[in-house]
Order: sequence, then C-alpha cells, then structure tokens
Amino acid sequence: MAKILMKGNEAIAEAALRAGATNYFCYPITPQTEVAEYLAKRMPDYGGVFLQAESEVAVGNMLFGAASTGKRVFTSSSSPGISLMQEALSYMAGAHLPCVIINIMRGGPGLGGILPAQSDYFQATKGGGHGDYRILVLAPSNLQEAVDLTMLAFHLADKYRNPAMIIGDGMIGQMMEPVEFPEKYVEEELPVKTWAATGASGRKPLIIKSLFLDPNALEHNNILLKEKYDQMAKEEVRFELYKTGPKNRILLVSYGTMARICQTAIDALEAEGISVGLFRPISVYPFPHSQLREEISRPNVESVLTIEMSMGQMLEDVERAVAERKPLAFFGRTGGIVPSPEEVIEQIRKLLDAQPAPRKAKKA
Amino acid sequence: MQDINTTFARPEGLTDVVTHYCPGCTHGVIHRLVAEVLVELGLRERTVGVAPVGCSVLAYNYFNTDFLESPHGRAPALATGFKRLRPDMIVFTYQGDGDLASIGMAEIVHAANRGEKFTTIFVNNAIYGMTGGQMAPTTLPGQVTATCPFGRDTALTGMPIRMVELLSSLATPAYLERVAVHSPAHIVRAKKAIKTAFTCQKEERCFSLIEVLSTCPTNWGITPGEATQWLDANLKAFFPLGVYKRPEGMQ
Repeated sequence: MAKILMKGNEAIAEAALRAGATNYFCYPITPQTEVAEYLAKRMPDYGGVFLQAESEVAVGNMLFGAASTGKRVFTSSSSPGISLMQEALSYMAGAHLPCVIINIMRGGPGLGGILPAQSDYFQATKGGGHGDYRILVLAPSNLQEAVDLTMLAFHLADKYRNPAMIIGDGMIGQMMEPVEFPEKYVEEELPVKTWAATGASGRKPLIIKSLFLDPNALEHNNILLKEKYDQMAKEEVRFELYKTGPKNRILLVSYGTMARICQTAIDALEAEGISVGLFRPISVYPFPHSQLREEISRPNVESVLTIEMSMGQMLEDVERAVAERKPLAFFGRTGGIVPSPEEVIEQIRKLLDAQPAPRKAKKA
Repeated sequence: MQDINTTFARPEGLTDVVTHYCPGCTHGVIHRLVAEVLVELGLRERTVGVAPVGCSVLAYNYFNTDFLESPHGRAPALATGFKRLRPDMIVFTYQGDGDLASIGMAEIVHAANRGEKFTTIFVNNAIYGMTGGQMAPTTLPGQVTATCPFGRDTALTGMPIRMVELLSSLATPAYLERVAVHSPAHIVRAKKAIKTAFTCQKEERCFSLIEVLSTCPTNWGITPGEATQWLDANLKAFFPLGVYKRPEGMQ
C-alpha cells in the first residue's frame, strides 16, 4: 500500500481499526481528540461501536464491560483523563482482560498544560492504579512506528490478557507524516477466548472479577499476574540502537519524541567527528534493563546521559540498569517545552568537556 | 401412598449455594425474583449480570448466569460497554443505594439518558450495609446510622434522593418503577415489575430500572419483623411505590 500523509492521532485511529479494534469509547481531551473525531466518521464503515461517554471514569469501565465480550476494544486520552481511567485499568488487570489505551501525554501535574511532555512515565510503567499489577507500555518515536506499535498493542493485549498502552505526546499526536498500512494485518494466531462472557448456555456460569476475599486465592492471582510480567520481560522487550559503536564516548538513553530529537543531535555531532550513540527503549514496560546494561558496559562508554521531557522518570529505570557501573547524567525539560537538538548537543558537549579525553591504549 | 409433587424449588436461575445475607435481609427474595423472571422469559442462557460493590458484591456466586464484578458504582458503564457490543445478549446490573445513588450517580444517569437497553435492579435499603451501616444518599431524615449517630440532619446533608423520580425527569424513554418486597403481596407486584423490565429489554425497547425497597435489620438495629414494619411505615412513605415511566405503546 502506498504511503499516505496523515496526522498522528488519525494514523493511530486507523491503525486500531486495521488491527480489528472496531469498538471505541472516549471522552474529549486535548491533544488527542482527533482520534475520536476520526473514528466518529470512520466507525460506521466497520460496523463497530463508537461511544462518547460522560467521563473518563465511565470510559474505563465501558472498556471493562466491552472487553468482557472478548472483542478488541480501545480508548484514547491524555494525562488527566488517563488518571481517571486507572480505577478500571486496575480492575481489568486483576480480571485478566485485554484492552488498548492510547495516552497522548501532556505536561502536569494537575491540569498542567496541553503541550508535549513525558510526564506520565511513572504512571504508565509502574502500575498507575491501586494494587500489584503492570500494564504493557510501548513508546513510538515517529508516526510509522505509532501505527505499527498500535497494531502490535492489540495483539499483545490479547496474548497476555492484560491492558496495553501506547504512550506518545502532542508531537506524535499532532504532527503529520507519511505512513503506510499493511494490506492486511497479519499476526500470530492466538488461543480462542474461552474466558469471554457469552452466556451460560451448555456450560457453567463464567465470572469475570478481581475480587478474591480468600487471601490464598488473591495471592494466587497475583502470582499468575507476575508470571505474565515475567513472560513479557522475556518475550516483549523492544529497543533500538542508533549509531552505537566502539567510538561512542557517551551513550544517550531517550524514548519517544525526545529520542528522535536526540538522533538529530547525534547526526550533527557525527558530522563534527564526535561519536555519540543512542539507546532507545521502545517497550518501556517491560523495560530493556539487561540490554541497556550490556550497552553501557562497553569499555568505550564513559558516561550515560538520560534525556527526557520530564524531571527524570525513566531515569530511575536507567539507574537500575546502570547500577553505578558508569557515571550517569540527566537532562530534562518539562511543562511542554520540547528541547531542541542544539540544547541536546550543548548537554553532550558539557559532559565531554567535564570528562578528560581517553588516553590512547599503549601498544603492548 | 400419594405421589409427592414438588411445589417449591430453587429456580434454575440460581446456583445451589447458601447466600451470605443476614437473617431478615430481602436480597435473597430479590435474587430469586430476578432468577425466576430470567428463566420464565427464556433469557437465562444469554444473560450477563453485573454485580456491584456492597452487600450484593457476591451476587455473581448466586445467579446461574455469566457475571462481571464491577468497581463501586460503575456497573451501568460496564453494562453499557457489554450491551453495545452484544445487543443480542440480556444484561442487567444489580446495585444498592450507596453504589447507584452516591458513587455511581453519573454512570446511572447517563446510561439511562442514553437509553442503554439493559435492566437495573436497584435495591434501596436506605443505608450502606456491607461497610456496617453508614449514611446513604437515601437515608431518611432523622434516621440514625453509624455516620449520622444523632440522626440524619438534612440541613447538613440534604434530603434523601428519590432515584426513579429523578430518572423519570429525563426525556429519553424508559421503564421505571418502584416496588417493595416486605410482604407477599408486595413480592408478587415486584416480580411483575421485574418481568416487565426484562420484557422491555427482550423487546429492545428501552432502558429499564426497578427500584426495590429492601430491609436491613442488622444495620437498622431492629428485628426482621420490626424491619418490615419500619419499611412499610417510613421508607414507603418517603419513596412512594408505583410506575413512574413507561415507554409509549407499552401496556
């Protein structure tokens, strides 16, 4: 299929439809409302359900009810709205229900602003709601990747019977880029959804719940959840290396929109003969801890610079991976301020100036 | 020796489980009425119930139908999501007054206003039962509860909310009726109402809600016998029984 020029929010909406998610519940919030507007027009072609709810609290719980049918369901929102959905996400994680949530993040806390930010990394990757659970989180850095990961999110949500989230920001949502959709979304075959509520006809009643009053039963459910997260950590870690190599003195760690800006900075420095590499987590939960550890452990890497559009959230995962093996620096802008490649370059130069140039290894 | 005929048995719509409800509580009666109606209308095998948070949180163990267990007050949102995707199935929510009239007010009002074609069984006993008898939005003026130990002061907490009256002010068609289950005659009337509500759904007519005045002797602090009298004298006086709304063209 030929490439078409699309706005990020619309491309994500179209990708969801192509992945078979013809059921969407929403509440308007900037900067992602185009997803809803696009689907309001497109959904009738697919014969699916489009419903604008009274609140994000209701949206989350409509997803809960809708996911119980076994059909693919999703919503999109932005930071404050995602907060209101945490109740339902916790229940759905506890009840082993799949769904996809598109979170086009904005700056916070509180009502914050509407401009691009990465302020909800903690909320997305560390559980978000109450209880001992995780959701699978993917972070695209361009629109083609947003399309591909959105489709993948539906597959992974079904595979693990767990909510999956795409985190982007206003840059991903509002920007236009050429994207390409596969003629047909091909995915690995998944088991029949025998867990879906279809009516107790010729079988015993089926109960979809997260309530376990017996502590042994509740612990057992937590163990089942943990087994899924362990499997995700083995099978679903995704990341990209950009211009990493034996000449890198500094390794950047950045994701999403920010990683893309870092790539521009790296290209500019490369033209000057300064070699910097980038480690870009694509799955931020599960986080590629061991893969990052391997990269930072290379002898040429003198220090690690984490760059985020937050005050340092992914930084904590990077710290865990680096585990004091190498000096760690951080640069972050927030509030909707998107750092320019020049700002990134300045940070890299500061770091290079602070650390003496490596001595050439003496020949034996 | 005469043949022994079964004249009273557990309906097919209920599972063979002893409920956890207190002596004198009418949840069991209401469960039975819903279960009987589902079987009589031939709906049981394509029904999904949505359980609330509160005393009837374990309703999913008692009905012989598929069930979802909802967050507090959100049952109408779950029911909306399910029913929209599976309009061929029968969906009902079973909710108490704290669940529906307090924390779930937005969800029930908007589901009713959208005309979602599911059925709500709203059990009103004027108190939070599960948590031990706190004030509900339906607690009567002057009624003593654990969080209004000197009696509900309406100057501070407002008047009890009459849900069917409130919902009947919406312009969207619906079937809305208030019944009680504290006497055999009332139980017969309640069953008719529940049957009408599920018939509305079966015929894909409209949203339907039956408010059932119920007893809570444990948290009212009186005997089961006194509880039926208190309901008749006080609860029924503030929450008048009757049909509040029916869709056009329906008998």
